[in-house]
Amino acid sequence: MEFKPNIVGFACHWCTYAGADLAGSLRLKYPPSIKLIRVPCSGRIEPEYIIQALANGADGVLVGGCHFGDCHYKDGNYKTARRMKQVEEMIKELGVEPGRFRWEWISGSEGQKFAEVVTEFTETLKELGPNPLKGGN
Amino acid sequence: MADKLKFAFLLAGGCAGCEMSLVDISEKLVDALEHLEVVFWAPTVADVKYKDLEAMPDKSIDLAFVDGMIRNSENEHMVKVLRDKAKILVAFGACATLGSIAGMANMHTKEELFKQAYQDTFSTDNPDGVYPTPEYLLDGKYDLTIPEFLPEVKVIDEVVPVEYYVGGCPPHPDFVAAAVEAVIAGNLPPASGKAVCDVCERNPRNQGTDRFLVEEVYRTSEKAPEDGVCLLQQGIICFGPFTQGDCGCSCPKVGIPCRGCGGPIPGVKDYGARAMSAIGSILGSEEAVEQLMQKYPVLAKFYYRYSLPSSLIERKKRAIKKG
Repeated sequence: MEFKPNIVGFACHWCTYAGADLAGSLRLKYPPSIKLIRVPCSGRIEPEYIIQALANGADGVLVGGCHFGDCHYKDGNYKTARRMKQVEEMIKELGVEPGRFRWEWISGSEGQKFAEVVTEFTETLKELGPNPLKGGN
Repeated sequence: MADKLKFAFLLAGGCAGCEMSLVDISEKLVDALEHLEVVFWAPTVADVKYKDLEAMPDKSIDLAFVDGMIRNSENEHMVKVLRDKAKILVAFGACATLGSIAGMANMHTKEELFKQAYQDTFSTDNPDGVYPTPEYLLDGKYDLTIPEFLPEVKVIDEVVPVEYYVGGCPPHPDFVAAAVEAVIAGNLPPASGKAVCDVCERNPRNQGTDRFLVEEVYRTSEKAPEDGVCLLQQGIICFGPFTQGDCGCSCPKVGIPCRGCGGPIPGVKDYGARAMSAIGSILGSEEAVEQLMQKYPVLAKFYYRYSLPSSLIERKKRAIKKG
């Protein structure tokens, strides 16, 4: 059977989640691999959530927020950037393939970008194969 | 007088610093001995052997402390034996609870570790490249064995269930005494949940001033901290905001940033990730983050200094290996 990656997506309510909504309204096609979790702001996404998702066997984790300057709470996404940069580095050191984690700025009008990112990410994960941390719970 | 409480203390893979801390409570320990009967304190203090512990009836020890992590097969075996004999088991100190400094070895292979310890260190003279092996035949007739070096460091609660945890590297003598007294009185309070910052005099909130974002990061060797000013505000990265503060904030008090030996405050699932989250939001710009990553080149060792073996990913990796 073909491997279908399982992506946990954290999407900010004001931009990326609206972008995903738009992708739906536009009837854009993208793989059904992503499970979106809506959060008030990407600045609310704790690195702990990402690590926990990976440790529990998610094949990939996508974090989506507003572009700089667009944040509903002014500087939430700057905090996201300061954390995610470090998350990328640290999960690599902990032995997780860097390709399993991705963070993107996707605005409410970028439904197209959302669909592209998910499609691309799914392809990357298909190449990587299942998360070795899957199972054993 | 009522029966004395039977007490045991086992050193697993630690450095015996926790024992020193227990001895450091001095007169209070003498007072406590009126209520305690030390039935086992090895391999450091009392002259009891492992086989004596093995011979004791199950659940005959009222209170047992274990310090140190699981590093070799001997540690693992003795912790299991102690668990069977003890009614209450306390993981004592940072190694037993979180894995501590030696836990960082989990980022290296056994070969790397042995090469460093038995070959590359400056004071080592080992021209024949002799490494320890679990079994060795001496002179062709003496069959010698030593405990086997396990592939990774484990924490105590991965091997056996644990009733209570005491953090600290080592736990401060004052709160060792408090813990022993509380156990004797049968009155163990829940963890205070107060972070190091809560009890820190340098905390801007405790001084009634505002916090600002940090633009420059310094290592401790690069800057002498100013008195009475928050270390984080000075750019010296301190782990006070998310570390249990029962130590009374002893390090920041004397200008040394907290490194998290007290363990996480309640509600934290993964110490390093939470640390990164807090530090990430205190830094004022991406340049500051770049600087931090340059000055601390291995982030995992920085954020998980005392807690790597107990991190979610590490635990999961071992759980899968075990099958």
